[in-house]
Amino acid sequence: MSATTASAWTKPQQQANWLVRLFDWKPFLAFACLLPAAGLLLVFLTYPLGLGIWLAFTDTTIGRSGYWVGIENFQYLLEDPLWWNAVFYSVFYTGIATIGKFALGLWLALLLNNHLPFKSLLRAIILLPWIVPTVLSAIAFWWIYDPQFSIISFLLVDKLGILDNYIDFLGSAWPARFSLIAANIWRGIPFVAISLLAGLQTISPSLYEAALLDGSTGWQRFRYITFPMLMPILAIVMTFSIIFTFTDFQLVYAITRGGPVNSTHLLATLAFQRGIPGGQLGEGAAIAVSMIPFLVFATLFSYFGLARRKWQQGEGND
Amino acid sequence: MATVEIRNVRKAFGPVQVLHGVNVDIADGEFVVLVGPSGCGKSTLLRMLAGLENITSGEIAIGPRVVNNVPPKDRDIAMVFQNYALYPHMTVFDNMAFSMKLAKAPKEVMEQEVGRAAKILGLEALLQRYPRQLSGGQRQRVAMGRAIVRNPQVFLFDEPLSNLDAKLRVQMRAEIKELHQRLRVTTVYVTHDQIEAMTMADKIVVMNGGHVEQVGPPLELYDRPANLFVAGFIGSPAMNLVKGGPGEGGFQAEGGAVLPLPQSARGEAGIYGIRPEHIQLREDGIPATVVLVEPTGSETQVVARIGETPLTCAFRERVTARPGETIHIMPEMGLVHLFESGSGRRLAA
Repeated sequence: MSATTASAWTKPQQQANWLVRLFDWKPFLAFACLLPAAGLLLVFLTYPLGLGIWLAFTDTTIGRSGYWVGIENFQYLLEDPLWWNAVFYSVFYTGIATIGKFALGLWLALLLNNHLPFKSLLRAIILLPWIVPTVLSAIAFWWIYDPQFSIISFLLVDKLGILDNYIDFLGSAWPARFSLIAANIWRGIPFVAISLLAGLQTISPSLYEAALLDGSTGWQRFRYITFPMLMPILAIVMTFSIIFTFTDFQLVYAITRGGPVNSTHLLATLAFQRGIPGGQLGEGAAIAVSMIPFLVFATLFSYFGLARRKWQQGEGND
Repeated sequence: MATVEIRNVRKAFGPVQVLHGVNVDIADGEFVVLVGPSGCGKSTLLRMLAGLENITSGEIAIGPRVVNNVPPKDRDIAMVFQNYALYPHMTVFDNMAFSMKLAKAPKEVMEQEVGRAAKILGLEALLQRYPRQLSGGQRQRVAMGRAIVRNPQVFLFDEPLSNLDAKLRVQMRAEIKELHQRLRVTTVYVTHDQIEAMTMADKIVVMNGGHVEQVGPPLELYDRPANLFVAGFIGSPAMNLVKGGPGEGGFQAEGGAVLPLPQSARGEAGIYGIRPEHIQLREDGIPATVVLVEPTGSETQVVARIGETPLTCAFRERVTARPGETIHIMPEMGLVHLFESGSGRRLAA
């Protein structure tokens, strides 16, 4: 009996209302789902970026909307020794800090990849410098670099007696530049180390065993297996790291404000200095926009120079 | 080429003993297969031979030299891994030439040696490819090529065929065996597949739970399994093992069946073993009820019950009986195996 009722019953043909039909229409559904994300990106990313680029071509100051001046701001910057100085220090800062971060980060990742007691605890501790808000760690470094209360000076002079005088970390140009780079390296190592550690863990242990049987030394295993197999992730992490370092603002602004005598200005701090405290919004925006070519170049270099490898998974090359 | 001697080797990972004193002698040029179920310690033993695991106690000698404290690269062995362990960022040529590159061999030597191995394995056309551009069988061959190039004293294979599909496995099995016949290098081969062991080995080492159960040529293991484990492990379909004891008119099985015992059988037999292929269809046989019929073409596998005792049979002739019908079967008297019920040891029948 149940069989007959089952076959006799048919689904009633309901006329769905227009709203239901609208949401069943794929293009509309896709549009509706994309809308929130697209809206956020437009308001908080595209608009400020567009506004910044627009401002760079005007003579806006705080309190007065400006006029279109074409590339006048950029022409001025090209003759501005402070801008050149910031360009130099941005490139120098990024270069040295990246080398430092990757050398130490890779070394740390290799250490953490071994079987160590309390492995996960160690990994968590490694991440600490990265979790702490930058401004907080910047203030800590400010103290570490203080001419009078520096713990480094205290150790070297009072405790160990290696030096006779306290070090003036931030008082003159080159010590200040290197002090900031050291702080940036300290802050950047965790990101590099943890990312590279993730990369190291994708390398099959049997490759090392095979290499061991092939007669390799430890250095050869690093040189011929670890390093080339880490290259793809290294390239991506390096791209990110270069972008973050080049556009760094907080650390420098919190520790030196670009001083002494403007020697530690990065492009980002200089742009802020000119634009907000200095009131020259147009010129500040032009400095910020002048970072874009450097970033595009760095990104393209990392991406094309290092990322794609023929042996990797992906589209076939044969 | 060299002999390999494994003397009373033990292995413990912390408190866990995985090998309890293993002894195996391998002659020069012999193809030895270590076979056993997962976790029996066969791969560990191979890795100890390769130097990838240290030896807790006992001795391993390759040729005249005890290698317990010799690092892997100085043992003069080559290993083919289960996942092949090809260097993904190197071409086939570079993979095969890697050991020579590390030894700073001149380019001409590398080309000559790789060329020789590639020719043996038919890899000449693939030398500039990357591993991911190769099929499973080709990768397997590259892994063997890498081993051949080394010109080792001993080849080690760690379940090399388990990642291949069934058809390719049969083909590569033949290729490995042929390669061994050509090169005559002492080979130790680990597998859990008893068919691989039977078809390839000069000598099989059956392992279980860290012990060696039996060592011998394949057919000896088939004909005279030393104990219940080997009896059940070697042969496919597996040997029928029936519990019971000697009684009136033969072997009284627990399920109620009475099976014929050979004249020479002694009293203490607790388990009666008969291979499916050693049961015949006979008019004057024991009546049995068919439970399942599986024709494979070359033979017909039938599960039939005598009383409550199920027996798997493999007949060369085609069986038309259907489940529920009665057939008459008879174990071949000379091919019955009898085992002690407690220890599982073979009784000299």
